[in-house]
Amino acid sequence: MSLYSFGLEPLSCHAWNKDRTQIAVSPNSSVVIIYEKKGNEWAKIHELTEHSGRITGIDWAPDSNRIVTCASDRNAYVWTLKDKVWKPTLVLVRINRAATFVKWSPLENKFALGSGARLISVCYFEKENDWWLSKHIKKSIRSTVMCLDWHPNNILLAAGSSDFHCRIFSAYIKEIEDKPGPTAWGAKMPFGEMLLETKDCGGWVHSVSFSPSGDHLAWVAHNSSISVADATQGKEMTQLTTDRLPLVSVLYVSPTEMVAAGHDCCPFQFSYKGPGSLKFVKKLDIPKQTSRGSMSAMQHFRNLDKKATDDESNELGCLHQNSITQLCIVSGTKAHVDKYSSVGLDGAMVLWDFKVLPTYTTYTKGCGHPVK
Amino acid sequence: MAKNTLSSRFRKLDIDEFDENKFVDDHDEAVDNQGPDGAEIDNLIRQGDMMTAFHIALRNPPVITKNPAIKERALAIVLRVLTSFKSSDIEPAVKSLDRSGVDLLMKYIYRGFEKPSDNSSAILLQWHEKAFAVGGLGSIVRVLTARKTV
Repeated sequence: MSLYSFGLEPLSCHAWNKDRTQIAVSPNSSVVIIYEKKGNEWAKIHELTEHSGRITGIDWAPDSNRIVTCASDRNAYVWTLKDKVWKPTLVLVRINRAATFVKWSPLENKFALGSGARLISVCYFEKENDWWLSKHIKKSIRSTVMCLDWHPNNILLAAGSSDFHCRIFSAYIKEIEDKPGPTAWGAKMPFGEMLLETKDCGGWVHSVSFSPSGDHLAWVAHNSSISVADATQGKEMTQLTTDRLPLVSVLYVSPTEMVAAGHDCCPFQFSYKGPGSLKFVKKLDIPKQTSRGSMSAMQHFRNLDKKATDDESNELGCLHQNSITQLCIVSGTKAHVDKYSSVGLDGAMVLWDFKVLPTYTTYTKGCGHPVK
Repeated sequence: MAKNTLSSRFRKLDIDEFDENKFVDDHDEAVDNQGPDGAEIDNLIRQGDMMTAFHIALRNPPVITKNPAIKERALAIVLRVLTSFKSSDIEPAVKSLDRSGVDLLMKYIYRGFEKPSDNSSAILLQWHEKAFAVGGLGSIVRVLTARKTV
């Protein structure tokens, strides 16, 4: 794992380009800065300055190489690279409150935008008039939409909201795509149809993530809990309350494992294998081995007297020194993630390696090494 | 003051009540619990069986009702049980609870903190320490985020 510091400002959100040589971040302001990897350092190559409000979401479509950004100024722009310059195109999202989250669909022909106007705006490009149009999903949403995730079939959209519920909607746009086949969540999927509404989660839903197959939906809520809904088991929901601070971002990294991070400043691994079996696996940060120089006895007691502790360091024992705001897959697919990244309020971006421990099916005693 | 009548009565109006987009909680149709039985608890305290009194006090928490009288009554009973505990018995009592029990205990502890009396703060702080050791920061976060409170 490696840490890069992009300054002192908190990083609200980030997105990677296709080959992970460039990263777009927003330092809690109305600009998006694109950095390119040069050796071991990151050099600033572009600055996208069209928004007038704080940027709340960035997503970079890997294949079509377009960036979509949304901000608290109620706008969203789609940026395309022309002659090495990023040119913005305004999207008519028609919202009267701040945008909170934006995500390209898997096929990159549309994107979904969550907002404080209690609706989701699904936007697609209309070729005849050469502009981006939007359709609204409003049904049942009673407060700000805080997070979104697309199902692998490019049609279903999960949304977590601050009205304590998590929902799955159909974002099927007949103008640009074919009718979808049935999924485990339901068969009829007209635009705006709600296929799942969870019961009161106990807190704002900060982040949602579909599993690689799309049959499970995981989300984290502000009451320090993580939950999974299982379409294959009659949409049954399992919730695990943790004894830590709330998590704000969750990501599936394999068909059963997920990584979540939040105000505890380090990622945790959870595992879901079936209804009722959602478990905490481990903390994914290795605490720094503080190399304390030898302290004299005088120093030791002076510290005890002044600070009531003899611990010299004032750093957290993990890589991030402040809450993590967002997790993102860097290499691998959702079904098999090798690397993922996290950005936090400390202005740092950390690249983490994820390893699923291999399971040995037989173990021969006495010969010293396990045999698969 | 209003310009024509020089009255400030409009300041007592709660404008949020008239907001048509006002958020209302989901209505739970379940009949709510009425809180623990005071007489039974008194009996058990007199007999000295603190553990059973403790468990009964934490049963049937009146979380859904909005009636303050029921909540006050339940709170008073639970606090009586908590303050009658000996310091050494607190830890095993907390250990005997499950996850949701610890969360509920933490809710009552913080409600108890709201109105400190002569000797309640000290014992409540000991309860808090032991409950925190089991429930962690998550249990305190759930006290803050819970919409269904005791």
